[in-house]
Amino acid sequence: MVVILWTDGLVFLLLGLILAFAAFASRRPHLSLPWRRVGRSKSGMISAVILLCLISIGLLDSFHFRPQIAIDKGKPVYSVEVLSAFDALVKTMRDHTERTYSSPFSAYAFSRETVVSDGVQSRVYPRLRYGGANLADPDKERIPDILKRSLVAVLEGIGTWALLGGILVISLSRGKGFIGTASTVLRGKTEIPWNAMLGTLLVIFLIAFPAFALSSHYHVFGTDKVGQDVFYLALKSIRTGLVIGTLTTLVMLPFAIFLGIMAGYLGGWLDDVIQYLYTMLNSIPAVLLIAASVLMMQVYIDAHPALFETMAERADLRLLFLCMILGMTSWTGLCRLLRGEALKLREMEYILAAQAFGVSRLRIVTRHILPNVMHIVLISVVMEFSSLVLAEAVLSYVGVGVDPSMISFGTMINSARLEMAREPMVWWPLAAAFVFMFAMVLSANLFADAVRDAFDPRTRVAPRRILPEKDEA
Amino acid sequence: MIAYLIRRLLYAVPILVGVNLLTFALFFVVNTPDDMARIQLGIKRVTPDAIHNWKVAHGYDKPLFYNPEESGAQFFTDTIFFEKSVPMFRFEFGRSDDGRDIAQEIESRAGPSLEIALPVFVIGMMANVSFALMMAFFRATLVDVWGVVVCVAAMSISSLFYIIGGQFLVAKLWHWVPISGFEAGTSSLKFVILPVVIGVASGIGSGARWYRTIFLEEVGRDYVRTAKAKGISEVRVFFHHVLRNGLIPILTGAVVIIPSLFMGSLIMESFFGIPGLGSYTLDAINSQDFAIVRSMVFIGSVLYIIGLMLTDISYTLADPRIRLQ
Repeated sequence: MVVILWTDGLVFLLLGLILAFAAFASRRPHLSLPWRRVGRSKSGMISAVILLCLISIGLLDSFHFRPQIAIDKGKPVYSVEVLSAFDALVKTMRDHTERTYSSPFSAYAFSRETVVSDGVQSRVYPRLRYGGANLADPDKERIPDILKRSLVAVLEGIGTWALLGGILVISLSRGKGFIGTASTVLRGKTEIPWNAMLGTLLVIFLIAFPAFALSSHYHVFGTDKVGQDVFYLALKSIRTGLVIGTLTTLVMLPFAIFLGIMAGYLGGWLDDVIQYLYTMLNSIPAVLLIAASVLMMQVYIDAHPALFETMAERADLRLLFLCMILGMTSWTGLCRLLRGEALKLREMEYILAAQAFGVSRLRIVTRHILPNVMHIVLISVVMEFSSLVLAEAVLSYVGVGVDPSMISFGTMINSARLEMAREPMVWWPLAAAFVFMFAMVLSANLFADAVRDAFDPRTRVAPRRILPEKDEA
Repeated sequence: MIAYLIRRLLYAVPILVGVNLLTFALFFVVNTPDDMARIQLGIKRVTPDAIHNWKVAHGYDKPLFYNPEESGAQFFTDTIFFEKSVPMFRFEFGRSDDGRDIAQEIESRAGPSLEIALPVFVIGMMANVSFALMMAFFRATLVDVWGVVVCVAAMSISSLFYIIGGQFLVAKLWHWVPISGFEAGTSSLKFVILPVVIGVASGIGSGARWYRTIFLEEVGRDYVRTAKAKGISEVRVFFHHVLRNGLIPILTGAVVIIPSLFMGSLIMESFFGIPGLGSYTLDAINSQDFAIVRSMVFIGSVLYIIGLMLTDISYTLADPRIRLQ
């Protein structure tokens, strides 16, 4: 049974909007020109490749369904567990849960257990149920086995990469000969830095192919306290991060654009009211406002358990609500920027000309003002993404973030943090969260820089932070 | 200028009333006093009498916004909203749910908070400006390029990792300072030093990169070209003209958060076990202590508004062309 969660629907709506805009802009040179500039930026395109890989995982993770477990009198019975297409794809990783901690690639558990064999009690490190279960003598066979499996996967990765690269070259060559085109691409003589992008893709494949191949027989990033595969958790966290980073802006944009332009263009008492509104919201410490709203929603959810059929639906609604709250607290910055810009545009000659021709206010706003502030909107949207992903982790730590049952970077860090004091240390959940979060935020930052440079090299938009600096620190 | 400031002060009143109204609505309309009594009394089967007694004891036995039984001014004043909000303007915050005086708690906890927040602000500012200056001075060289790379990488790491990593390396692996804790007086130094270093380190990425663009913008101005044309050395132009003029937007931009330093840092204080206002707020959020959270929201708003006014004043000090009217 297909389940469309609220966030899924909005994610696909956003995807549709982006694709529609791409189709619309591709035939209009003045809209596509800045994007071609983004395409020429090396760091921008490298980060775009990484982001695309993360986004495709996130999208796969957004097709949700409830598996059929039995047929009762001709009627199918569905499990209460909501799975995603991604879960189905990495079923082995999901199902291979151990009893508790185990370190990466280990065949033994992390802590000793008392085992009785032949009537003698002994304290040993027991073998894992799945990690390295195919080996008879892990001490000798483990390393060769891992190397053998990764080598095969590396070859597969290179093969896939070569195939993709070949398709790219053929599509670029347009009858100019394969070898010649391939050499221009590899030497970086093309407008879009295809060689850098292909190089990035090769690195990703060289890491991802062995990681996925090994994940069916080992725990690449170990297991956590309840024995879940940490690699699986980290991959699932990608979707949560992406949803928070994108949907929050989607929620906040209408408010910021509408109110900002109203205040700037119409002025008068409306301007005063809107200014009052955002000064008031700004003056409340962001964390406290978010905390208060999340607590309020928590009380509401607890009071109405009947509204939610499954736990995933409840967690999902909480995620959506978190996006709304974050959007509510962060629209003020963009609103103020837009107000200032609209104030400036209002005095422009072409607006005066439009007014003199008797063009209606609504039409002036939609035809003349809105298109001329869109670059500010776009820049602030892409700049906001990474700070939202970072804010999620902090908020989940404070206890006002996503639902505890939802897998996210914040919940991963939060549960791993307590194990810092253990001897020897359980470091792998933190390492996994760090690697994935760093890759995601870094590529988002680099891509945002490329977009900003392409659309407005002179803008000096301060790096906005959802939580003030001292709270993030 | 005085008249301007008085007007700003008067303008602050409706904002504070709005803040109060908003937090009040957030907490009370969904979470009624009856619910609060039930949570606080902590028993599944609470008698209506017990709830009533709790409400009377904590002053929650009145209507929320208006009292239909009273007339005149009492119509509005004899309500929970009025009785809980107005004393705040006199900085009387009442008692928390565990019976302690909030104002006194705030007084005793502001010190430890400041001990972390103030050095983080001052040292962080100096570190950011020096790093940004270095990148701007060696602009378009490898120093600059790699400086920016380091900055972008540094700002892509979650602040939680800075704290966890710092605690692990410095306190757990090398045993230089205790992992967490706090003592009053001079012995607090060993507890304070690690949070301060981490606070500075975690802010340097975004801060230095941002200040670098400000300095670079200043470098491109006409007066710099004129100064160079007159034969003044690169170094002197940079440290005499560019630095001074670049500092104006940097310092005036930072003024707004100075008063808010009192609030402390939620995450840092809870990680390091520092008994400041940040950890106080965090505990209040977790135990759903409404009175404390509301007081902190109020204080935060007041400090923010003071910060805005200080910003205005600092603009006039930095740039005599600006007049406040």
